[in-house]
Amino acid sequence: MKKNLNIKIHEITRVEGHGNIVIDVKNGKIKELKLEIIESPRFFEAMLRGRRYDEAQHIMSRICGICAVSHTSASLKAIESAMDIKISKQAELLRKLAFYGETLQSHILHLFFLVLPDLAGVGSIVPLLASHPELARTGLELKRLANDICAVVGGRHIQPISLFPGGVVHTPKPKELKRLREALAGSFEGLDRMLAFLNDHPVQEFNLKREYISLKDRGEYGLYNGDPVSSNGYAFKPESYTKKIKEYVVEHSAAKHARTKGTFMVGALARLNNSFRQLSPRAKAAAKKAKLTVPSYNPFLNNIAQLVECYHSTEKAISVIDKLLLMGPKPEPVKKPKAWGRGFGVVEAPRGTLYHEYKINKNGLIEKAVCIIPTAQNLRSIEDDLRSFVPELLGRPKAEIARAVEALVRAYDPCISCSTHIMDVKFA
Amino acid sequence: MEKKELPRLAFFSFTCCEGCQLVVLSCEDELPDILSLVKIVNFREAMDQKSDVYDIAFVEGSITKAEEVRKLKKIRKNARVVVALGACSSTGGLNCLKNRWPMEEVKKEVYGKDALRSELFATLPTRAIDEIIQVDYYLHGCPISKKEFLNLTTSLLLGKRPDTTNHPVCVDCKMAGNTCVFEKDMTCVGPITRAGCDAICVTYGAICWGCRGLVDNPNTDAHAETLKRHGLTADAVMRKFSLYGTCKTRKC
Repeated sequence: MKKNLNIKIHEITRVEGHGNIVIDVKNGKIKELKLEIIESPRFFEAMLRGRRYDEAQHIMSRICGICAVSHTSASLKAIESAMDIKISKQAELLRKLAFYGETLQSHILHLFFLVLPDLAGVGSIVPLLASHPELARTGLELKRLANDICAVVGGRHIQPISLFPGGVVHTPKPKELKRLREALAGSFEGLDRMLAFLNDHPVQEFNLKREYISLKDRGEYGLYNGDPVSSNGYAFKPESYTKKIKEYVVEHSAAKHARTKGTFMVGALARLNNSFRQLSPRAKAAAKKAKLTVPSYNPFLNNIAQLVECYHSTEKAISVIDKLLLMGPKPEPVKKPKAWGRGFGVVEAPRGTLYHEYKINKNGLIEKAVCIIPTAQNLRSIEDDLRSFVPELLGRPKAEIARAVEALVRAYDPCISCSTHIMDVKFA
Repeated sequence: MEKKELPRLAFFSFTCCEGCQLVVLSCEDELPDILSLVKIVNFREAMDQKSDVYDIAFVEGSITKAEEVRKLKKIRKNARVVVALGACSSTGGLNCLKNRWPMEEVKKEVYGKDALRSELFATLPTRAIDEIIQVDYYLHGCPISKKEFLNLTTSLLLGKRPDTTNHPVCVDCKMAGNTCVFEKDMTCVGPITRAGCDAICVTYGAICWGCRGLVDNPNTDAHAETLKRHGLTADAVMRKFSLYGTCKTRKC
């Protein structure tokens, strides 16, 4: 067993954004362990200040290229809650469809492009095209389908266009929706292929008990709607998010850390732990096949949890399309603002609970904004994990330890670009 | 072509949302073909490899830190061709909106009294990459257009000079068969914005936000007149222009 170990992984690859892992073990004791977040901060609060309310979703979606639909959705909900705007049933369904598309797109990108290379022992998806052609092609096809969902509703999957305060300004044609429905119905086979592959590659045994926070919705699995709940048995309203979740600055991270009374985790595993019973039938069946039982305290299982959510999102997307086709989508004017003031918007982004809060004045201009990002909420949990995980690894060669800790960080699917775009301005 | 002589491509990312890299990754149909013609040696978001030897560098993001200035200059030294990938890199993009306020104030607003505690929070006013190094080609847009990316890459690989779009979005919009935004009682900066996007935002029910920057010779007089005819105040007009235009125009 090693007594001393010094690892510095500069710019972890296959994650979104820039981060370093620093581990220093002396005489078997961890002297230093940190996930340095070196991404350049972007200061969205300053960018948003003084802009009109109907530019906010356009600006805020640019916090992140992967979860742009989530940021747009949280932003629109915040604007609409501040300005007392109620959107139509059709608009809600279209937004949900884009949302399921993004959940799929983000999870598939993570599983096939970022995680799969770890399991196959290669550096990227490129060698996989030769060594695992069927699986790599499946990943590309599934991702294209997920992108296509967002494109049919929003115009494109990166930075959606048609999601606007008061509604959705583009109406997909029934023909396009039917095409998507058919493709989605045929896509389970691809997910099965990935599930079989993950089942053949058992995850690292590692458990660390902690709190899990996610949205809980009445009647369905909380993703687009719902109020925050904790696995510790309490619930709260989005308005009190900043009271329950405390953010604080640490010197080695351009993204703030967050805590409740202790460490908590958000994301697919948190959602599964809190709302497993509300998953769709195929999603439950997939979890059973993967032998995933809840509550689970193994962060490596976040990958399987994401795949389970792919089944769920696909089934839900199909059911939303059926509802839309039954209604016959028609162009609708957007609803106009009726008031001004403070508003809150919260959604389950692919990586966890995403929170936006704005203060809009009577001229429709944004005065202040707060935004709490899933990855920032997970940073403390990642570091806690590393602190318990690293001592378990000390018997192994250094390169293997480095790979294992990278895989652990990657299992959280951190979105570092997002996390450094935090705005946290306290309202006077 | 011999396999070992494949052109080497590198992707770099500075201050941005990395969405333009994702557009590249979203070329699902074309990726296998592209990969048979080039060797990608740097693409942190998708692969482990890192190298300093490359022919074409795609640079995404604006420059907001001293460290980024240093890295960018090194990229220019290493690469034969530098392509600005997307609005943040080619015009400064939305990131320029923060330049409306003093940097110390911006930092304090986000990190509070801890703003000065760490080097990591340091920030410079946003710059486009051509304010620091010479750029050979531009892929405009927030995000870039997949079609333009594939066209430019194909041209570079064939040793041809890539086309640069230099007509306003209105032309693309007419070709897409859209109703004019002004006719729908909204306002738009399409008349003076560089096209190449197929007017996708207007096609999907929104307005042109101006993400691709100005055409080389914008007809600002005619545009101002149109805006006036539609009853817009000077303030509202300036605000529209400043969403993506602050860095280059130095106005807000």
